[in-house]
Amino acid sequence: MAEKTALDVPFMEVNSELCKGCQLCLAACPKSVIAISEKLNSSSYHPAFYTGAECTGCGLCFYACPEPGAIRVYKP
Amino acid sequence: MKTYEKSAGFFPVFERKSGPAKDATHYCPGCGHGNVHKMIAEALNDLGLIDRSVFVSPVGCSVFGYYYFNCGNFQAAHGRAPAVATAVKRTNPQAIVISYQGDGDLAAIGTAETIHTANRGENICVFFVNNAIYGMTGGQMAPTTMIGQRSTTTPHGRIEALHGNPIRMAEMLATLPAPTYIERVAIGDSKHIMKARKAIRKALTIQAEGRGYSFVEIVSACPTGWKMDPVHSRDWLIEEMLKVFPLGVFKDESENRDENSWLRRCDAYDPAKVDEYLDRLKSTLGDAAPVALTNDLHCKFAGFGGQGILTLGLLLSQIGMRAGQHVSWFPAYGPEMRGGTANCSVNVCGGRIGTPLVDTPNLLVVMNQPSLDAFADQVIDGGTIIIDSTIVEGRLDSTRLRQVLIPATAIADEVGTAKVANVVVLGALVAATDCFPREFCEDTLRAAIKKRSLVDMNIDAFGRGYEFVKNAR
Ligand SMILES: Cc1ncc(C[n+]2csc(CCOP(=O)(O)OP(=O)(O)O)c2C)c(N)n1
Ligand code: SF4
Ligand code: SF4
Ligand code: SF4
Ligand SMILES: [Mg+2]
Repeated sequence: MAEKTALDVPFMEVNSELCKGCQLCLAACPKSVIAISEKLNSSSYHPAFYTGAECTGCGLCFYACPEPGAIRVYKP
Repeated sequence: MKTYEKSAGFFPVFERKSGPAKDATHYCPGCGHGNVHKMIAEALNDLGLIDRSVFVSPVGCSVFGYYYFNCGNFQAAHGRAPAVATAVKRTNPQAIVISYQGDGDLAAIGTAETIHTANRGENICVFFVNNAIYGMTGGQMAPTTMIGQRSTTTPHGRIEALHGNPIRMAEMLATLPAPTYIERVAIGDSKHIMKARKAIRKALTIQAEGRGYSFVEIVSACPTGWKMDPVHSRDWLIEEMLKVFPLGVFKDESENRDENSWLRRCDAYDPAKVDEYLDRLKSTLGDAAPVALTNDLHCKFAGFGGQGILTLGLLLSQIGMRAGQHVSWFPAYGPEMRGGTANCSVNVCGGRIGTPLVDTPNLLVVMNQPSLDAFADQVIDGGTIIIDSTIVEGRLDSTRLRQVLIPATAIADEVGTAKVANVVVLGALVAATDCFPREFCEDTLRAAIKKRSLVDMNIDAFGRGYEFVKNAR
């Protein structure tokens, strides 16, 4: 079996500049794989970020997020 | 493979938004408007409708819909979005038209438009974002505010006896026969959100298929107005709001209505048809070659109701129209049929007329004293003021205006009835301005006066008014 590449696994990513730190994506994620950063973005929000593993690509965080461009979810 | 990302239903960059941050919305953190926007943009794009969609935004936090949606956009006056949407849809039946509204907009100031648009079964989608508060103006009570809920106008909480109960718009509209589909959904937990997404897609599909009116009420959070953080807002929404605003389908006739069976259309605006109508109107006055106009007339005629002020305006307009000039006539009168005040604005111009209102006339006719007091100052320098000196006692003491005095009512009385004083004034007006030849005006009057037995008396009245002014010169 070929080795798994990055694009074989689902992931989510947050555009930390567009995130408003509302934490609704955290509440929505069935896998609890989203967290809030200690750092502030340039609009003074603590942005969400993907902790890096076990995202299933379900997309629920995307729909829970009010910002059009803050979350991108990839599902192979 | 699937990616969930910003839909092409949105502009790639929100250029119309002021300030920096042209990729983020103007909404507060956790605001439900953003979720609803995302679902609408996605649906319009996925269903291939975006290029023929028109988004009508309300007054409320979503007033800036045109920043975001990559389609046609209107911003309507507060509460009037469904009326604007009706006009857009009827004149462009192929367009997908969305009336997007908040609870203050839809259920307070716009209640009448909401009900009647639904009752007519317009083939549009109404997306109603119910966040139980006036978000934009800082958190006042809305018709949908919950009993006990604090707002800036209900600081001790909404009280039934004082403020009434929260209004359930979906249930109310579902009692009407015309709507096709009415559902209430919520931006609550993920299950609610996915159902909301489905409802929005369904409503748009119904419209695209011409199956009629859809109303999707979306219970949504306003963390700022509610003074709660976003996550608690969604919890409160689920635990408290959904008790009062139960989710579900209240009406679904989509299966029973045939495709394109529910189009309310009116023919698209066609300038040729307007011309045709005006020509027909003109031909009732008898054919005439165009007659030149010396100076554009911007007139205000004012007096008591019953003096024929409005008719005076109509007659001058008809003369101008028959002469091939551009004309407008715009009446304004009080609630009384007689004895109240009346005035009208009339433009007779060689070129196109922008507004039918005349605020600064170059010609004023006053047939009572209050009108002289009210309007004399508005006449432009060098303008003319014609005064019925039988009735109006006042005179101008300035030389700023040209003053033409004519005892119009007394002359009319001699002719046979004071009722033709307005036509005496018309004669005086034509004489004072030399706007059109006397014979041309008399010919037009003959055609315009419908009651044959009155034609001679009116021509007599016109002639006396005309001569009075010419002889006084
Ligand atoms: C004719 C008029 N009256 C009042 C207002 C003030 N006003 C602006 S938004 C608003 C209410 C908005 O509430 P809602 O429709 O619930 O929208 P939200 O901001 O909550 O989404 C009011 C009363 C106005 N702009 N125009
Ligand atoms: S896509 Fe699903 S699993 Fe992945 S982060 Fe988002 S909510 Fe969690
Ligand atoms: S839901 Fe969106 S805006 Fe809110 S914290 Fe998550 S990514 Fe940021
Ligand atoms: S005030 Fe309320 S409705 Fe308006 S943007 Fe903020 S959260 Fe949204
Ligand atoms: Mg509201």
